Amino acid sequence: MASDPLISVDQLVAGYTRPVVGPVSFAVRPGEICGLGGANGTGKSTLLKAITGIARSFSGRIQRLPGLTLAHQWQRPELPPELALLGRELYALLGADPQSPPAFIKPLLEKPLYAMSGGQFQLLQTFACLCSPARLVLMDEPTNNLDGQALEALSTILHALAPDRAVLLVSHESTFLERHCTSILEMPR
Amino acid sequence: MNDWLLFDPMFRVPFFTGLALAVALSLIGALLRLRAEWLAALGLSQVAAAGAMLAVWLSGPALLGASLAAVGAMALRSMLQRVGNSHHALMILIGWSATLIIGAHMDHGQVVSETFLRGQLYFTRHEHLIGAVGLLVVALGLYPWLTPRLLVTRFFPDYHAANGIPVWPHRLSYALLVIGATVLGTISVGAFPAFALLFVPPWIGFVLVDGWTRSVLAAVGIGVTAYVASFVLAMVLDQPFGPVLTALLVGLAALRFVSTVRRRGGEAQPDGPITETRSAPPSPAS
Repeated sequence: MASDPLISVDQLVAGYTRPVVGPVSFAVRPGEICGLGGANGTGKSTLLKAITGIARSFSGRIQRLPGLTLAHQWQRPELPPELALLGRELYALLGADPQSPPAFIKPLLEKPLYAMSGGQFQLLQTFACLCSPARLVLMDEPTNNLDGQALEALSTILHALAPDRAVLLVSHESTFLERHCTSILEMPR
Repeated sequence: MNDWLLFDPMFRVPFFTGLALAVALSLIGALLRLRAEWLAALGLSQVAAAGAMLAVWLSGPALLGASLAAVGAMALRSMLQRVGNSHHALMILIGWSATLIIGAHMDHGQVVSETFLRGQLYFTRHEHLIGAVGLLVVALGLYPWLTPRLLVTRFFPDYHAANGIPVWPHRLSYALLVIGATVLGTISVGAFPAFALLFVPPWIGFVLVDGWTRSVLAAVGIGVTAYVASFVLAMVLDQPFGPVLTALLVGLAALRFVSTVRRRGGEAQPDGPITETRSAPPSPAS
């Protein structure tokens, strides 16, 4: 018998002042990497924000496994210009173990945020979410700004995901989705 | 003769009141800078000064008037869907004009309004000291609990909502700390010197050293150093304390240039590969 879904979305219509996405239905089970694809402006990011509770659900429902923990990697995170936080301090914010980060991002951990490029900052945020104890990780265009080496590291960690965890991944790069996702939901225009 | 005044028991209460405020305001200023809301502190200080003036005009306690005005302004601010610097600028203008207009209708109003805007540390009493030490104790007590929550909100804005963690306790705690800092700062050292203590030390500290805790410690160190130096200088040179403190803090901003030179070596590079030999595969997330 398949395990209970971490999250079930049923006929959800979501948006802000007015609906921008839906109705849409899907479920994410432990061990799955679910892809949300589609053109710009189809409401992929809004859907993630409806799941976290900051976008408005107009109709339909979102059912979560009791006690489910979530982490959400935002698209284009703002890099504060004058906040002298070190990479390891940001990395540990969501509970990621600072003692055993992926080797690939170790050079970033002792670097202050102001000395990072946009891509490095995004990479650090992505891994802070993936290496946190959250069972469901929502990722919004994680491949933006990443070079080949960083993409390879992201692929490796996605494939090494613990079986009780899952990822809901938004990307407009269909090749990346096809390569990594166990299921793909194409958002209609 | 002024150097002897430094050791006069009558200046102990003002000195320790200011010292407690220097630590508390520098610390709370770091949280304001983290949330990019430092201009709100000036707005609240000005509104608190207006509230204090109104209270004095009505023969009430200045502290109560300043507190009610700041709480009212913060409550109105929280009702807005989006708060920006334009709203904070409006608070500054309203507070400043109200302070001076009320002062124009009072006996010695000009003097009273100037003391709230410029400062009156030497006239602080035990009530001010108790308030300042109380603010410091609360700020230090809340800091280890509040700061991680504010940092998470800054970098992962919907983390608390996504995990069903109520945000009102840390939002309310933060708001009360900011209100307490601006009210007690305005009543004790004046609106502009209080703002200078909230704004300048973190502004310098955040570029002077790397790491959150070290930056906050640097900010507090700068705030305390500037305060003690200005207390001594104002007395020895027979100058008004508030403007001396503000001028000294502004002068210390030159330290930012030191950090600019230091940072040039570590400026962000264009996106490119992170050069490190990968000897082990990334750890699985668990």
